Amino acid sequence: MLKNGVLDPQGEAVRHALGQLGFDGVEAVRQGKVIELDLAETDAEAARASVTEMCEKLLANTVIESYSVEIA
Amino acid sequence: MHAAVIVFPGSNCDRDMAVAFEKAGAKVSMVWHKDTALPKDVDIIGVPGGFSFGDYLRCGAIAANSPICQSVVAHAEKGGYVLGICNGFQVLTETGLLPGVLLRNVNLKYICKPVRLRVETADSAFTAGYQPGQEITVPIAHHDGNYFADAETLKRLHGEARVAFTYCDNPNGSVDDIAGVLSQNRRVLGMMPHPERMAEPLQGGTDGAAMFRTLVDQLAEA
Repeated sequence: MLKNGVLDPQGEAVRHALGQLGFDGVEAVRQGKVIELDLAETDAEAARASVTEMCEKLLANTVIESYSVEIA
Repeated sequence: MHAAVIVFPGSNCDRDMAVAFEKAGAKVSMVWHKDTALPKDVDIIGVPGGFSFGDYLRCGAIAANSPICQSVVAHAEKGGYVLGICNGFQVLTETGLLPGVLLRNVNLKYICKPVRLRVETADSAFTAGYQPGQEITVPIAHHDGNYFADAETLKRLHGEARVAFTYCDNPNGSVDDIAGVLSQNRRVLGMMPHPERMAEPLQGGTDGAAMFRTLVDQLAEA
């Protein structure tokens, strides 16, 4: 997700489109992305540590984006 | 003066950049992204415009993690010169060599047109051929050129006179009209506009040529 305070032009366009469709009261839209990874690792904590490193190195740009890791 | 121009899958301004360097008198080597080493005695690395890796994930993010980029970062950290234009600017922010990030244009549109730029500092090998405050016309061609950095970073950039160019009429929502920024040692420049596409009369103008001419002159002396 884009961090708070970072303008999200795409989210703003979606908010505008929702308003045109008659969905009132949508005060803000922020758009993010979901990245699904299929890992060989079976230990949840090891997987979390590994994915966190992936986020820091490549998957997220932490200048503008925050991320969270979920293990399913 | 020896310039290396990096080529990623999806680069499309690499040859324009090479021609601009060559016309200014440089020897140019093209370097493929899977190479790990740069040619010997490279004075400056050009990271060109285009759509490296299809802009997948984030513009420049995958290119910034390609094998050659480790050498680009090492070159810069040793005090070497690097010029990143358009996608090249995005790549340099993703490597961390330059601060900030390029977001989607505020109007969500891909914009391709000549724009007026103001030269904010002549204190760099890239901009020494211009006068501070001089206005030049150079094209932009991008979808994600909306420069963003946090307040603290902006304060530092302005305080250290590291904003190289600003837009006279901000086309993309960039904070403080910023079109290009310098590294702290003033040897890495990233900019969204394309000086290499305004470097000879056939291209409709020559305002960009001074950058390449000055780089070749200054780095040949060094």
